[in-house]
Amino acid sequence: MNDDEARQLIRSTVRQVAPEADLDQVGPDETLQEALDLDSIDFLNFVVGLHEATGLEIPERDYPQLSTLDGAVSYLTAQTGGG
Amino acid sequence: MGEFTMPSLGADMEAGTVVKWLVKPGDEVHRGDIVAVVETEKSTVDVEIFESGVIDTLVVGEGERVPVGTVLALLTSAAPAPPAPAPTGGTPEEPERARPARRAAPQRPAARGAPVPGLTATLPPAQLHSPVLRHLAEQLGVDVARIEGSGPGGAVTRADVEQAARRRSGRPPASSPLARRLAAEEGTDLASLHGTGPGGAVVARDVRQGAPRAEATEAPPAAVAPAAPGPLPSTAAARSTGERQAALRQAIGALMARSKREIPHYYLSTTIDVGAATDWLERANLERPTTGRLVLPVLLLKATARAVAKVPEMNGFFTDAFTPSEAVHVGVAISLRSGGVIAPAIHDTDRLGLDDLMAQLHDLVGRARAGVLRSSEMADPTITVTNLGELGVDAVFGVIYPPQVALVGFGQVTERAVARGGMLGVRPCLTATLSADHRASDGHRGGRFLAEIDRLLQEPENL
Repeated sequence: MNDDEARQLIRSTVRQVAPEADLDQVGPDETLQEALDLDSIDFLNFVVGLHEATGLEIPERDYPQLSTLDGAVSYLTAQTGGG
Repeated sequence: MGEFTMPSLGADMEAGTVVKWLVKPGDEVHRGDIVAVVETEKSTVDVEIFESGVIDTLVVGEGERVPVGTVLALLTSAAPAPPAPAPTGGTPEEPERARPARRAAPQRPAARGAPVPGLTATLPPAQLHSPVLRHLAEQLGVDVARIEGSGPGGAVTRADVEQAARRRSGRPPASSPLARRLAAEEGTDLASLHGTGPGGAVVARDVRQGAPRAEATEAPPAAVAPAAPGPLPSTAAARSTGERQAALRQAIGALMARSKREIPHYYLSTTIDVGAATDWLERANLERPTTGRLVLPVLLLKATARAVAKVPEMNGFFTDAFTPSEAVHVGVAISLRSGGVIAPAIHDTDRLGLDDLMAQLHDLVGRARAGVLRSSEMADPTITVTNLGELGVDAVFGVIYPPQVALVGFGQVTERAVARGGMLGVRPCLTATLSADHRASDGHRGGRFLAEIDRLLQEPENL
C-alpha cells in the first residue's frame, strides 16, 4: 500500500466511523481522536475498519502510531510493506 | 381485543409520530416483535409489541402524530388456530385429544360454517404460517412446505426459515468476525447481505447498513394508510435536519428543566485509581483479535451496574415515591455528533459478561447515532452513566434523567500523583461523580455507592 492508498483508506474509514466528521479540517499532526471528536468506541471502529480493509492485526500498543493522520499513513504503508 | 398504544419512550415524551408500520392487518405478531417505527423529538425508535396475537386494524396511519397512550392498532389476542381437523376425515391426530375436541365442536363449526371435509388436507402447508414468515421465505427463496417446523405443533418458525435459507445457499458467505458477531446480535442472516469487503466478504458495515432495521428508517411513504382517519399533520419526513435538531434541543431542555425543578439533587465526587483496570484491560486485549477488544467504559458500566446491588436506592424510579428496580438497565449517555444527547439502556447490564456488554455498547452507540433505537431501550433505563471524560473533562456533575434517581459521571483518565502506604506514585486516575435524588437516598448512601464502584474496579478480573 502506498502513501496515497493509505491516505485514501484512512479517509474512507473515518467517513464510515463518523460520517459527520470532516477530515479536511484536520491537520496532518493533529490528534484524530480530539480533532474529530471520536470516543473510544469510534476509535476502535476506526482500527477495526483498517484491519478489515488490510487484514492487518493491529495490536493495542500500536494505537498511538495511529493517532494522527500522518502517523497512520506511515504505519499503514510500513505494515503493508508498501511505500 | 388487545390494544397496542403509543408507548412512552422517556419521561419527556408527550406524543410521537408513526413513521412506518412494519405489519399489516392479518399479520401474526409475537411479544417483542418490532411492529412500527415511531419518531419522537429525540430520535427514531423501533417500537416493540408486548402482546402476541394477530393485527386486526391499524388505527393510526403513517405520518400521524398522536399523544402517548393513543391506540395505534387493535389485535386479536389469539393467533388463528391452524385449520381444525376435518370432523369426519380421519386425520392422523391422536384419538385421545381428537375426541373431546369433536364433542365440544357442535356450535363452533355451525356458527362459522363447517369446514368442508377433506379441504383442510389439501391446503398447502404454507397456509398455516403467518404472512410475515411467508414473505420472508419468499424473499429468501425457501419453500416453506419443505421445512420441518421446530415451533409448537410443528409450526415453522422464523429461525427455521432462515436456517433453511442458509442450508440452501450451501455455506455462509465469507465474513469478518465483527460482522458475524453483529449479525448474530441483530439476528441478521449473513447470506442475505451484499458483501463489500475484500473478495466480496461481508464486513461490519454491510451488517450495519444491511440489517433489516436499517430499512425501517428509510424515508416513510407520503401516503397515509387507508385505515387512517383524520388529517395528516406535518410528518416526520417533512422535518428538516435543522428542525429535528431544534426539536431535540427543546426536548432535552424541557426534560432537564423538569429535573432541576423537581429533583433535589445532591452531588458527590471521588477519585478512583484505575491502574488495575487499565492494566487488566491491556492484558485482556492482547489475547483478543482487533475486532473483539474491550474499552474502559465497559468496565465502568459493569462496575456501576454491579454496585447497585449494594446500594439499591440508586436504581429505580421516583414517581410519587421511590420504587427500586429489580433489574439494572444502565442508560448510556451518548452524544450525537449533530448535537444533543440521548441515554438509551443496556438491559440487565449487571448480568452481562464483559464481551457481551462490549458488543451491546458498540451496537447501541452505532444505532443511537444512526437514529435507530428500540422502544424498550428508550423507555426503561433505571440509572444512567455519562462518560464525558472521554472528551477531555476531569469531572461531570450531571443532571438526573427523571424519573430515574441517580446519574454516575466518569471523567477523563489522567496520570496523577497518588500517595499510598507512605509512598508517592504516579497512577492513572479518574474522577467519578454521583448526582442523586435526595428524595430516594442520602449522601451517606451515595458515598457508599461510589466506594463500591471503586472497590469493584480494583478487581477487574471479577467484573
